Amino acid sequence: MDNLHLDQHISQQFNTDLEELKTQLLEMGGVVEQQIIDAVKAIENADGSLAEKVLITEDEIDKREVQLDEQATMVLARRQPAASDLRMVMAVIKVTRDLERMGDEAQKIAKMAIALNEDGEAPRGYVELRHLGTSVQKMVNATLDAFARFDVNTAVQVAHDDRNVDREYKTAMRELVTYMMEDPRSISRVMNIMWALRSLERIGDHARNIAEHIIYLVKGLDVRHTPVKEIERQIQDA
Amino acid sequence: MEATVRETVEQKPERLLDRQVIDDQEAVTAAATVGKPFVEAPKMAMRNVNVFYGEKQAIFDVSMDIGSNEVVSMIGPSGCGKSTFLRALNRMNDTIEGCWIEGSLQLEGQDIYDPKLDVVPLRARVGMVFQKPNPFPKSIYDNVAYGPRIHGLVDRRADLDEVVETSLQRAGLWNEVKDRLAQPGTGLSGGQQQRLCIARTIAVSPEVILMDEPCSALDPIATAKIEELIAELSENFTIAIVTHSMQQAARVSSRTAYFHLGKLIEVNDTEKVFTNPEHELTEAYITGRFG
Repeated sequence: MDNLHLDQHISQQFNTDLEELKTQLLEMGGVVEQQIIDAVKAIENADGSLAEKVLITEDEIDKREVQLDEQATMVLARRQPAASDLRMVMAVIKVTRDLERMGDEAQKIAKMAIALNEDGEAPRGYVELRHLGTSVQKMVNATLDAFARFDVNTAVQVAHDDRNVDREYKTAMRELVTYMMEDPRSISRVMNIMWALRSLERIGDHARNIAEHIIYLVKGLDVRHTPVKEIERQIQDA
Repeated sequence: MEATVRETVEQKPERLLDRQVIDDQEAVTAAATVGKPFVEAPKMAMRNVNVFYGEKQAIFDVSMDIGSNEVVSMIGPSGCGKSTFLRALNRMNDTIEGCWIEGSLQLEGQDIYDPKLDVVPLRARVGMVFQKPNPFPKSIYDNVAYGPRIHGLVDRRADLDEVVETSLQRAGLWNEVKDRLAQPGTGLSGGQQQRLCIARTIAVSPEVILMDEPCSALDPIATAKIEELIAELSENFTIAIVTHSMQQAARVSSRTAYFHLGKLIEVNDTEKVFTNPEHELTEAYITGRFG
C-alpha cells in the first residue's frame, strides 16, 4: 500500500484537508531547508546579515508549527481519521515537531556565525563544516522529497546517511579537540565552530526521525529506536 | 521569504484506475480472509459458512472464531452480510422462508444446526439484542422475568426478584427503574428500553450475546452508556456486535471483522484494523474511500 490515495475519499472536503496538511508541511520543510543552507553559508562567508536573516525567519517557522498543529487537531476532531489517514495526521504532527527543532538548530548555527564575526575567525573547522553541512543538507532534502512522494526507499537511505553524518561529526570533533590542545588560545573561537557542527549533527538526527515517521506513515511500521538493518528487514517482511 | 517549492508527485492515472477495480465483485470474490480469524479455544467456531436466501447467496465461505469473553465487532457496507452472519449464529434465520445454511457452526464444539437440537435453549445460550429496542408490552419487571420464567430457571418468587434485580443492575438500569418496576417497559426512553432489552437478554445467563446495531436508534449519551455496558458485560459474556459506526467498533471491540459483498475480508485486532489494516478493501472502507 505504497500509494496512500489521499485524494479518493467520498468526502471531497476530507481530501482537501489532508492535501492541505501535506502541502503546508512541505512548505514548512522548504523554509527550514533554506534556513539550514543560509546558516551554514553565513559561517562560511562570514556573512552577518545573512545570519540575522536566519534569526528573523525562525519566527516564521514557529508560526507555521503552531498553524500545522491546529490544522491537524482540526482534522482529528472533525474527521476521526483511521488507518492511513490517521497515520498521515500523526506523521504530520510528529514531522512538524522535528522540523521546528531543525529550525532551532539552524538558528543556533546562525548565532555561531554572528559570534565568529565578533570573536574573530576560527583557525580551523571550516572544511569540516562545509563537508558536514553538505551531507546534512542532502539528507534534509532527501527526507522532504521522500515525504512528498511517500517514498520508503529514500527514507531508509536517509537513515543510512545519518550514520555517516554521525561518523563525520565524531572525526571532526576529534581533530578539532586535538587542535585546541595544541593551541589553547584558539579554544573559544574553535568552540563556536564546534557548536555549529553539533547543531548540524542534530539536524541529521531530526532528518532521520522524519524518515522514520515516513516509514510509519507508508508502511504502518513503528521503526523508532531500531537499527537500520532491522528497519530494512521489517520493511521487506511487511 | 524564499521557500523551496517542493513538487509533490501526482498519483499516476493508472493507479487511480486500479483503485476503482476494488469495488468490483470479481476482486472481492477472489479475496481470501486475511488476518487472524481464528483463536485458541474458541467459544464459537464457524467454518466455510454459506448462507442463501433462495437463489441468492448472501454469505460466501466464511470461516472465523469468536473467543470466550471477547468482543468481536463486524463491520462493512450495507448488504455486506454482516447481519445475516450474526443472525446465523443463533439460528435467527430459521424463520426466514427460503433461507438455508451450509457449513459448520459450533458453540463449544456442539453443532448448532444439528436437526435434533432445540433452538429455544440455544437462543437462551446465545442471546440477541436488536437494532430497535423491542420491549414486550409488559411491565419492566415482567420483561426481565420473562426469560427465566419460560426457561424454568427459577422456582421461587424471591429468586426471580433477585434475577430481575441483578440483571437490571448489570444492564445499568436498576437505579433508574427500581421504583417503577410495575410500569410498562414501553414507557421508558429509547436508551433505557435498549438497556431493558439487554437486561432481558442477560437474565437467562447466556454465554454469548449477539448485538445487531444496538445503538443505531440511540442518542450519543445513551450510546455511550450501552458501550460502557458492553465493556462491563465482556467480563462475563462473549459478545459479537454488528455496527455501522466504525468509531463504535473501534471503541468497544477487541477484534474487528470486515465483511464485503458477503465475504469475510479481514479479521484482525481492532487496533490493527484501525491503524494499519492488512487488506486494501478494509482500508478503503474505514477511511471512507468507496465511491
